[in-house]
Amino acid sequence: MNSQNIIRRSATSSLTPAPQIRDHQVEVAKLIDVTTCIGCKACQVACNEWNDLRGEVETNVGVYDNPRDLHPDTWTLMRFTEHETEDNGLEWLIRKDGCMHCEDPGCLKACPAPGAIVQYANGVVDFQSDNCIGCGYCVAGCPFDVPRISKKDNKAYKCTLCSDRLAVGQEPACAKTCPTGAIAFGSKEDMKELAATRVAELQERGYDNAGLYDPAGVGGTHVMYVLHHADEPGLYAGLPKDPKISAVVEGWKDLLKPAAAVAGAVAVGAMAAHFIGVGPNTTDDDHPDGRSGLRPEDETDTTEAGKVTNLPRHAAE
Amino acid sequence: MYGTKLNLGRRQFLKILGAGAASVTATAMGLSTAEAQVAAAVRPYKLLRSKETRNNCTYCSVGCGILMYSMGDGARNAKPRIFHIEGDPDHPVSRGSLCPKGAGLLDMIHSKNRLLYPEYRAPGSSEWKRIGWDEAVKRIARLLKDDRDANFIAKNDKGQTVNRWLSSGMLASSAASNETGILDFKFARSLGMLGLDCQARLCHAPTVSALAPSFGRGAMTNHWVDIKNANVVMVMGGNPAEAHPVGFKWVIEAKIKNKAKVIVVDPRFNRTASVADIFSPIRAGSDTAFLMGVVRYLLETGQIQHDYVRAYTNAPLIVRADYSFDEGLFSGFDAQTGNYDKTSWTYERDADGNALRDPSMSHPRSVLQLLKKHVDRYTPEVVEEITGVKQAEFLRIAGIIGSCAAKDKTLTWLYALGWTHHTGGAQIIRGAAMIQLLLGNIGMAGGGVNALRGHSNIQGYTDLGLLSTRIPGYMNLPTDKQQTLAQYLEETTPRAMQPGQVNYWSNTPKFFVSLQKNLFGKHATRENDWAYDLLPKWDRSYDMLAYFDLMYQGKVNGYIAQGFNPLAAMPDKNKTSKALSKLKFLVIIDPLVTETSNFWRNEGAFNDVPTEEIMTEVFRLPSNCFAEENGAIVNSGRWLQWHYAGQEPPGEARHDPRILGEIMMEIRRLYETEGGACPEQVLHMTWDHDTYHDPHSPEPEEMAREANGYALEDVYDDTGKQILKKGQLLDSFAQLRDDGTTASYCWVFTGSWTEKGNQMANRDNTDTGLGNTPGWAWAWPANRRILYNRASMDEMGNPWDPKRQILHWDGEKWTGADVPDFPATLPPGSPAQPFIMLPEGVGRLFSEKGMVDGPFPEHYEPIESPIAGNPLHDQVVHNPTTRLFRDDAERMGTRADYPYVATTYSVTELFRHWTKHSHLNAMLQPEQFIEIGEKLAADKGIAHGDTVKVTTKRGYITAKAVVTKRMRTLNVAGQEVQQIGIPCHWGFEGETKKGYLANTLSPGVGDANSQTPEFKAFLVNLEKLEGASA
Repeated sequence: MNSQNIIRRSATSSLTPAPQIRDHQVEVAKLIDVTTCIGCKACQVACNEWNDLRGEVETNVGVYDNPRDLHPDTWTLMRFTEHETEDNGLEWLIRKDGCMHCEDPGCLKACPAPGAIVQYANGVVDFQSDNCIGCGYCVAGCPFDVPRISKKDNKAYKCTLCSDRLAVGQEPACAKTCPTGAIAFGSKEDMKELAATRVAELQERGYDNAGLYDPAGVGGTHVMYVLHHADEPGLYAGLPKDPKISAVVEGWKDLLKPAAAVAGAVAVGAMAAHFIGVGPNTTDDDHPDGRSGLRPEDETDTTEAGKVTNLPRHAAE
Repeated sequence: MYGTKLNLGRRQFLKILGAGAASVTATAMGLSTAEAQVAAAVRPYKLLRSKETRNNCTYCSVGCGILMYSMGDGARNAKPRIFHIEGDPDHPVSRGSLCPKGAGLLDMIHSKNRLLYPEYRAPGSSEWKRIGWDEAVKRIARLLKDDRDANFIAKNDKGQTVNRWLSSGMLASSAASNETGILDFKFARSLGMLGLDCQARLCHAPTVSALAPSFGRGAMTNHWVDIKNANVVMVMGGNPAEAHPVGFKWVIEAKIKNKAKVIVVDPRFNRTASVADIFSPIRAGSDTAFLMGVVRYLLETGQIQHDYVRAYTNAPLIVRADYSFDEGLFSGFDAQTGNYDKTSWTYERDADGNALRDPSMSHPRSVLQLLKKHVDRYTPEVVEEITGVKQAEFLRIAGIIGSCAAKDKTLTWLYALGWTHHTGGAQIIRGAAMIQLLLGNIGMAGGGVNALRGHSNIQGYTDLGLLSTRIPGYMNLPTDKQQTLAQYLEETTPRAMQPGQVNYWSNTPKFFVSLQKNLFGKHATRENDWAYDLLPKWDRSYDMLAYFDLMYQGKVNGYIAQGFNPLAAMPDKNKTSKALSKLKFLVIIDPLVTETSNFWRNEGAFNDVPTEEIMTEVFRLPSNCFAEENGAIVNSGRWLQWHYAGQEPPGEARHDPRILGEIMMEIRRLYETEGGACPEQVLHMTWDHDTYHDPHSPEPEEMAREANGYALEDVYDDTGKQILKKGQLLDSFAQLRDDGTTASYCWVFTGSWTEKGNQMANRDNTDTGLGNTPGWAWAWPANRRILYNRASMDEMGNPWDPKRQILHWDGEKWTGADVPDFPATLPPGSPAQPFIMLPEGVGRLFSEKGMVDGPFPEHYEPIESPIAGNPLHDQVVHNPTTRLFRDDAERMGTRADYPYVATTYSVTELFRHWTKHSHLNAMLQPEQFIEIGEKLAADKGIAHGDTVKVTTKRGYITAKAVVTKRMRTLNVAGQEVQQIGIPCHWGFEGETKKGYLANTLSPGVGDANSQTPEFKAFLVNLEKLEGASA
C-alpha cells in the first residue's frame, strides 16, 4: 500500500485521480466468526497497543461493554447481547464492532476533503488524517456508525485494518492476537472459503440460518462476519440487515450548488469536473425511499445526548 | 469524554464552510491544492530494526510466547525500553495469540504504579519515606536476625531437635522465575522458617492433594495443545475461555476439527458457556454430588472402559474388612480431634505385602463393588436436589460423558479454581479423576484431568516446594517425629503394593540426599545424615490461613511478601488487615504498588484503618518484572520455558535474586560476626562464593543449573561403568544417588539443563504427532508431555485407539510421539503397570490413605450453606475434617441473615489484582461489579448499573450491578436458591476505579486436604444503595 495503489480517493475528480497503477493486488479480508468469539477483548487491547491509543478508564454501567462505545481512541470493541432462544435457551452473542472496510465505502463517498479517505487496491479503507477537515460527513456516510471525531484534533478516526502491518506483510494486530482464532485474516477469497466451511459446520450443529455477512448493499465488505443467525443480524447489537450507503451524497448536490454560486462562474466549470469525478460514486439513486445510514437528527439528540461535540450541532436550527 | 459522532445536516455543513469557505470549497470541487496533494501513505511500520526479545507472558499458566520490542537495535549506547509486545507465532500453544491481559503487558511493565526506589513507612506514620538500598538491607537483616535469635526453637517441648523459627514468615511470588524460587526456598529454610507459602496455597494446592493420590503426580496430566484431540470437552470448576483464553484455542480447535461437544457446568453462564454446546447451571459448592451421580450412572449403565478399569485401576483390589462408610463418616473418625485414623483405608494384603486382587471385580470388598455401594445414593433425583441441575439435563450430560467409555473416544476434563476453592475441593477433583479412570481416559491423547493452573509460574513454585510443609520435587519436609534421616526415609519411601511394579518413589532417598547435598554442600555428610538436622521440622501446618491466624493473635513479628498481595488475595480482608497491623515489620518485594504494602493507609470506606495506631514498620523494595530478567517459568502443561530480559528494571528497582542476595549476605555477615541462634543453619546453606559467582546477586543461570544438578564425584552405574564425570551436569534423575555423589535441588527438573545446554530454551516446534512438540522447551518429568502415556495401550502394547497412538514398542524400547512415561525398555506384557509413581502401579478409584477426608468423595455442604442441612446425612452436614479456627468460626454467617449464595471468580479482561495497574486492561473492566439474575434484581428493585451493597458476616463491599439472564434461580432441597457472582479484581490501588477488595466477603476456611480457602461458595446479603457510588 503506497501512493500508487489508491483506487478511490475522497473528493477527487477523475480528471486528477489518485495514482493507482500498482493495482495488481490481492483483496484482503478479515473474517470474524462470531460463533467462536468469546468476547475476551484481546483484539481491543491489541488494537490500542499497536496503534498507541489509550482511552479513558470509564465506569461500569451494568454491562460488559467497556469502553461503552467506539471513540477516536477506541477503534474496535465488543458488543454483548443476551439472547433468549425460542426453546428457553440462552445465547450470549458477542460481536466485535469496528470498521467494515466496505468495498463501496460510504465514508469515502461522503467525504468532501480531497484525499482524506482513500481505498487501496487491497480493499483497505484508510483515513489520511492530514487531509481531514473534521466535518463529520464520514460519520454520516457510514452505514455501520463507525468513524468518530476527536475533540483533541478535530479529525476522524477509525480502524485502519492495520494498514501499516499489512504494508510489511503482517496480519492486523487484532487478527493475530485473537485467542480462539475467531478473527481470521487472509485474501477475501480464502476468507469466503473459510466462512463456507464454518457455515457448513454450524448448520451441521443445528444452526440452520448460519451464514456469512458480506452485505451487497455496500458492495461487500473487507471485514465479514460468520453469524449463527445470519437471517437476523440485528440480534448482534444492531448489525444492519441490509446496509446501504447513506443519502448523504444527496446532500452533496444541495450543498455544492450554493457553494458553487459563491465560488463563481469559473468554479462552476470545475464543479462540473468534480461531478464527473465523483458522480459515478454517488448512490443517491439507490435510495429512492430516502432510507439511509444517516440517522434522523431527533434520534441523534436522544442517543448522543451525553456526547460532547466541538462543533455546533444544531447551530442553524 | 466522548469523541464527536456527528450527523451533520445541510445547514451545519454550510456553517463549517463559512469558516474556511474558499479553500474547502475549492478542494471539495476537486481542484488541486498543495494541501490536497499530501501523498496518501500508511503509517510507518514501527518495529523495523528495533530489538526483539523472546519471553513468556507473566499472567496465567498457558505460558504464551511473546515477542518484546525495545528501543534501539541493541547498540550499547541505546538504553533498551520495551515499547511493544505481541505474540510469538512460533509458540506451539499460543501461535501468536495473546489474550487481553497478555496483549496489554506493555502497560504493566510501564505502569505508573511501578515501584522505583526503596521506601520505608515508620510506625504510626501516614507516609512513605524514600530510603537507600544499603539502609533498607541493613535494617531488614537486623530485624530478621534479632527476631530469629529471640524466638528460634532449637528443640521442642519433648526435647526433639526441630530448628525452626515461627515468629517470622515469608510469602513467595508465583510469577517470579524458578531461579528466584530456589533462592526463596534457600532464604526461608536457611533461617528455619515454616511460615513459608506461595500462591499455590490460594489456588491449586487441592490439585496436588487429589491428583497425586489418584495417579501419582499432582499435575495437569496432558497439555494445552492436546485438548484438540478430545471428542468431548467437559468444563466444570473452571472457565478457560476467560481464565486461559489462549489455551482455550485448543477447545475451539477440538470443536471445529474434531466435532467435539463442549459441556459447561457452572453457577454462571460465562464466556466458556457462550461457545459451548451444553450449559447447565449448578449450585456453587455441590459439584461432588454431580460427579458421584455421574459415577453412579456410568457404573449402572456399564459405560466404563472395562479392560482399562480391570488392568489399570485399583477396581479389582480388595479393601480391608474394617473399612466402612456410614451416615457421612468413614471408618476411623475421631470426633475429638476431627481427624480420621486411616488404618482401615487400605487393601487387604498377602504375606508379601501385596494387595489381594479379584480380576472379576465381583468381590464385595473389591474397590469396584465398594464404589458402587458408595455412589448408590447419588441418583439423578438426589443430584437434582443437592445441585439444582435438572434430572433431564444431568442425564443428557452423563450420557455424553458415558459415550467416552468407547476405546476410540476421549473426554478431556478442564477445571481450575472453581473446584479447588471449597472445603471439599480436593475431593471434587478426585471425582473427575475417578470418572476419567472409569472411562479409560488417563494417559490418552485428548483425555486426562487437566488442572489449569493459575499464575504463570505457580506450577514451578509448587514443583520447587515453596509450601509450608513441602520440600522440592513433591517431597515433604520432615516432622518433629521424624528425628532421624533413616526414620524419615522409612516413612516416606513407599513399598510396592503389587508385584513387579516400578514404584518410582522407591527412589526417594536418592532425591532427598541429592537435595541435601544441593542445600548444604560440603556441610552435608554421611556422618551428619546429610545435614538432616538443619532442615526445620514441623509440628503443624503453617499454611497461609494458619499463619495469618497466628498473626491475628499477635504471635508473628515479621513477614516478607514477595510478589504477593495477601490483603487482596486472602479471604476475609478485614481479618487480614488486623493481622498485618499486629506485625512489627513487613517487607514488601514487588514491582508494583499493592494494597498490602499500603494496608496501613486510610482510604476512607475502602480501607478504613486507624493509621496512627498501626505500629508496623513497612519496607517496600522495588523488584524487576518478568520482562527484565532471564529465567524459566513452568506452564500448566509442565513445560519449563526459558525467557530473556528485554530491558533493565526501572529506577532503582533490582532483580529479585539481588534483593534476596543482599539481605541474605548481610544476615550471614551478622551471624559470622555476632553468632546467634543455630548459626550453622544459616551459614551452611549453599549461598556463598563456592556456589555463586556473586552471592549478593546470583545469576539465574546458576540456579537453573543447580536445579538440574551435578555429579559431585565420578558416578558409576550398577555394572561399574562410569556414567558421569565429577562436575558434570546430570542428564536425568535416574542418575541421582543417595551416597552424596550427586546434588540436585529439584529432582523432577533434572534433565532441564544438561551438558548439551539449556533444554528449557529449546525452540523446535516440530509436531511429532497428535500435537506433541517435545523439541519445544522442556517438560518435567523427563520431557514427557502426556503423563501416564503407557496407559494409552493395553498390557500387550496395542493402542486402545489406533488413531491416538502415542507410543509403540519397536522391539527394543517404547518410542513414538512422546517420551514414554514408563521404563523405556520394559517390554509389553511386563507385570509393571502404567502408574509408575503409585506403589500399586494402577490408578486409584479408592484413594487408599492418600486423602485426609476419605478414600471416596462425599458431598458435604459448604461451611456457609443456603440449605438447612445435608440432604444425604443430617448429622454430618459439613466436611468433618475441616479445620476451622475459633476466630474464623465466629465470622461465619447463617442462611437466615445471609440468604444468597455467592461465588467469586475472575473475568477475562483482568488478571487477579495485577492488571488493574495496566491502563490497557483497566479500560476494559473499570470498576467492581457483581452479577445477579433478573429475578433477584426484580425482587430487590435493582437495575443495570445500580450501586449495591453486598454483605457477609465479615464485612461488606459496594459494587455496580450487572443484571443478567446468565445467572439463574435454582431449586435446591425444596427451596429457591439465588446465586451472586462476584469478580475479584479491583481494590484501592491501580488505574481502575478505587473500590473495596472483594475478598472482604470470602470466608477464612479451607479445603480439608490443603487449606486452600473456600472462595467459591459462601453466603451474602444484598441491598440496593440509593445515591451512593461504588
